[in-house]
Amino acid sequence: MVAILEQVFRDQWGRVLAALIGFLGDFELAEEAAQEAFAIAAERWPRDGVPSNPATWLVTTGRNRAVDRIRRDRTLAAKTRMLQVPEQAEDRVSPTTFPDERLELIFTCCHPALAVDAQVALVLRTLGGLTTVQIAHAFLVPEPTMAQRLVRAKRKIKAAGIPFRVPPERLLPDRLLAVLAVVYLIFNEGYGGRGELAAEALLLGRALAELMPDEPEVHGLLAMMLLLDARRDARFRNNEIVVLADQDRSLWDESQIADGRIVLDRALALRGRGPYVVQAAIASLHADEPRDWPQIAALYAELARITDSPVVESRTPR
Amino acid sequence: MKYMLLIHQGDTPTPRSPEAWASLSEDERKAVYADYQAINQTPGVTPGLGLGAPETATTVRVQNGKTLTTDGPFVEIKEAVGGYLLFEADDLDAAIELAARIPAARLGGAIEVRPIVEW
Repeated sequence: MVAILEQVFRDQWGRVLAALIGFLGDFELAEEAAQEAFAIAAERWPRDGVPSNPATWLVTTGRNRAVDRIRRDRTLAAKTRMLQVPEQAEDRVSPTTFPDERLELIFTCCHPALAVDAQVALVLRTLGGLTTVQIAHAFLVPEPTMAQRLVRAKRKIKAAGIPFRVPPERLLPDRLLAVLAVVYLIFNEGYGGRGELAAEALLLGRALAELMPDEPEVHGLLAMMLLLDARRDARFRNNEIVVLADQDRSLWDESQIADGRIVLDRALALRGRGPYVVQAAIASLHADEPRDWPQIAALYAELARITDSPVVESRTPR
Repeated sequence: MKYMLLIHQGDTPTPRSPEAWASLSEDERKAVYADYQAINQTPGVTPGLGLGAPETATTVRVQNGKTLTTDGPFVEIKEAVGGYLLFEADDLDAAIELAARIPAARLGGAIEVRPIVEW
C-alpha cells in the first residue's frame, strides 16, 4: 500500500497541484490543499481501498479542503478566484477527468520575470513533487536558502500578476525556449553525477512531449536526454569520467537508445532542425559503431551555425 | 491588476541634453515622440505627470527629529526615475509588452514594472 501511494504521488502530484492552482489561482494555497489531500489519502486508502480514479479523488478532496479553509478565512476568500466559482462546482469535479493544466503550470514556473534558479526550484517542487529538502540537497544549497527561494518565487507570481496560462502564439517561441532551458539545466545537473535529477528531467521531458506533441524541439530535447542518459552507467568508473571512446558499450542501455531514436525520428518528421534536435542527432550518431565522423562533424558545424557558439566549435566529443 | 511603470532614462538621449538628442536621426527623434504618444493613448494607461530633471531633485531625510536635505536624487543621477505611468492590465505579460514599447527601454534606459498594491 505504501508503494502504491508513493507511485500515485509520483505520477499525480504535478497534475493534481496544477489543477488546484488553476482552480484556486494561488500557489501556496494550492500546495497546502494538495498536501492535505495526499495526507488524507495516506490515511484512508489503506482502510477503504484506492478509489477508481485516484487523481480526481485527490483534486476533489484538495478543492473541498481549500474551500473549507477559505470559508473560514473571509479576507483570503476575497482575494482568490473561488468567489467566482458557482456553488455546485465545489462538490463535484467531472467524474472522469479534470483539465490537465501541467503545461500552464510549467510555463508559469518558467516565466522570465523569475530568476532562473527560482524557475528550476519551482519546476522541481511543483511538477516533480520533490521536497524543498531534496531540491536543496540536489543543488548543494542550504535548506533555508532553498525554502526562501521557493516562497519568494511563489509570492512574486501572485503579487506581480504572472499569468497561469500557456503563452499566446506571439510569446510562445521565447517562452518555450525558457522551459526547455530549465529542463536541460536540471538534466545537466544530473548528468554531472546526481542521477536523480537526470531521471527527473527525463520525466519532465516525457510530460512535455506528451503535452506539446507538435513541437519538434520538445522531442529533440527528450531524444537528446534519452540518448545521453543511456550511457550513464558507462560514463563513470571509480567516480572518474570515462570518455566515450573508452566506455564499456555493454553498459549502455540499448533499449533507451532505441527509445531516444524513435523520439528523434518524431522530431525530424516534424521538420525539427533546432539546436536540441541537432544535438540529439549527434548523440544518436555517437551511439553507432563504427562512428560516422564526417556526418558528426557536419552536424557540429550546423550546431555552431545555428547557436552561433564558439564553445561548440572547439568542443571535442567525449 | 494595476502596475506602475517607472522609466529610468539611463543613457537615453532626451531633449534635455541637446547634444545627445542630436545624436539621434530625425526619424528616430520623431519615433520617440510618436511612441510616447501612442503609449499614452493605449487603453488602460494613465500617463504620468512630467518630472523635472533628476539634477533638480532634493532628497530629504529625518535624523533625530532634524530634517536633512541633500542636493540630487536618492540614487545616482543616471539611475534616477525619469518618468512614470500607470497601467491597468490583465497580467504581467501585458505590462511587460507595454514596457518594451517605451523608447527609453531600447535607447539605453530601462523600465521597472511594479504591481500596485490595493490595501
